[in-house]
Amino acid sequence: MVVAAVTGVGRNTLWIVGEMGRMMMFLISTVAWMVRPPFRFMQVLRQVHFIGVKSLFVIVLTGAFTGMVLGLQGYYSLRKFGAEGWLGSAVALSIIRELGPVLSALMVTGRAGSAMTAEIGIMRITEQIDALDTMAVNPMQFLIAPKVLASVLIMPMLCSIFDIIGIYGGYLVGVELLGVSSGAYTNSMESSVEWKDVYGGFLKALSFGVIVSWICTYKGYNTTMSAEGLGTATTEAVVLSSVLILIWDYFVTSVLM
Amino acid sequence: MIRLVGVEKTLGGQPVLKGVNLAVPRGKVTTVIGKSGGGKSVLLKHMIGLLRPTRGQVLVDGTDIAKLGSHDLNEVRKKFAMLFQGAALFDSLTVFENVAFPLREKTKLKEAEIERRVLAMLEAVGLTGMGHKFPAELSGGMRKRAGLARALVMGPEIILFDEPTTGLDPLLARTIHDLIIETQRRFGFTAIMVSHEIPEIFQISDYVAMLLDGVIAEMAPPEEFQRTRHPGVREFIDVGPRFSTISSGASRETQQL
Repeated sequence: MVVAAVTGVGRNTLWIVGEMGRMMMFLISTVAWMVRPPFRFMQVLRQVHFIGVKSLFVIVLTGAFTGMVLGLQGYYSLRKFGAEGWLGSAVALSIIRELGPVLSALMVTGRAGSAMTAEIGIMRITEQIDALDTMAVNPMQFLIAPKVLASVLIMPMLCSIFDIIGIYGGYLVGVELLGVSSGAYTNSMESSVEWKDVYGGFLKALSFGVIVSWICTYKGYNTTMSAEGLGTATTEAVVLSSVLILIWDYFVTSVLM
Repeated sequence: MIRLVGVEKTLGGQPVLKGVNLAVPRGKVTTVIGKSGGGKSVLLKHMIGLLRPTRGQVLVDGTDIAKLGSHDLNEVRKKFAMLFQGAALFDSLTVFENVAFPLREKTKLKEAEIERRVLAMLEAVGLTGMGHKFPAELSGGMRKRAGLARALVMGPEIILFDEPTTGLDPLLARTIHDLIIETQRRFGFTAIMVSHEIPEIFQISDYVAMLLDGVIAEMAPPEEFQRTRHPGVREFIDVGPRFSTISSGASRETQQL
């Protein structure tokens, strides 16, 4: 009984360590293929469209409502101290430092990340990846590297759009609906937001871009050869990406503070 | 040309190939038969380097491809093409783009020349006017034809066929077999086919090999192969239509009595 339990723990630990190693090798291999010719500019552009342009609607929607709810919550909290003039600062800092990068990354994980896993997984199951290999086209270079590169490029842009829309959403609720002075909103924002807040947010978005594309492509590429396996891979990709985004966010924040 | 020497492969702890020795004659059609799940596709994937043997050598023109790095392996793969069980067409590309894919990836031909070659190849496999369709819009037989066109377009020396007629009705299966033989005679490539289609394959193959219990139990020209006394091979090739199975079963019972 005890021996079986210890064996089980040992086996699981070995599997986890092995899986972490395989994931790291996958990332290193992706980066290596990214910098080797031929450079697949059109493939990257297609992925920028798929990950970025097609995620715009959901980013704008979540950005607007996040900003609006922050405006609402912030206004009633700050009013207790007579500090509703600082609403702009509260909304902008929350969004630029944390909510912008984290929520946009989570939205991209749900929309584009899961699709990446499913697409690559189906290509694996239907032997399309093997077909690439037989045609002497490296699947890491053709399929994975453009997705990772596009994700890294587009995530800061999506984050900045989220930030702008979110801040405007807070403005809409705070200034237009609840009567905070427009000057106070923008002045408090200008005086409190520093350049390091902005680039810190972008840095996070960039690293989240790596996490989302890395995990989601890895899970798709290594899916088991069944519909159930693909379903599991997609779920694991979304859950693991989301969890890693939150954990990584904590570490980056603690370094940037 | 292709020679397998003592090839062993273990997958998931299970030995699949247990010392395969096989020499594939150049410019001929060699068919590998064997039980379902017996390792025929695994054997085929070793020939093109999609799988590496646990032990043994896979020699292509004297080079052991099991020991090659990805760059050198890709050079060897330029001699090959493979028609997968489900054709493995890229579902995001049209039939024309699928057939043009290896030309665009691996040659510097002008677009006009690519178009000329692709249209000629589509005509050769009976898919004239189908270039604009996506794989999802094609029937099983048409997908196989498109896969064959993609396999042929680079003029490979060797083509591997992984159960090219699985899932097709007998008439369509015969059409695909005829197409394979017709193109083989026309282009002169070495064909290695994995199939279950007995007795059909005896009419279209120059050599037949049987993979039994992880080794090549018999390899000979069809006429000689059909006269084999190997009990395992005899059992496999003697299974004919349903009524003969019943009658042979009945005769066995009679013998036992």
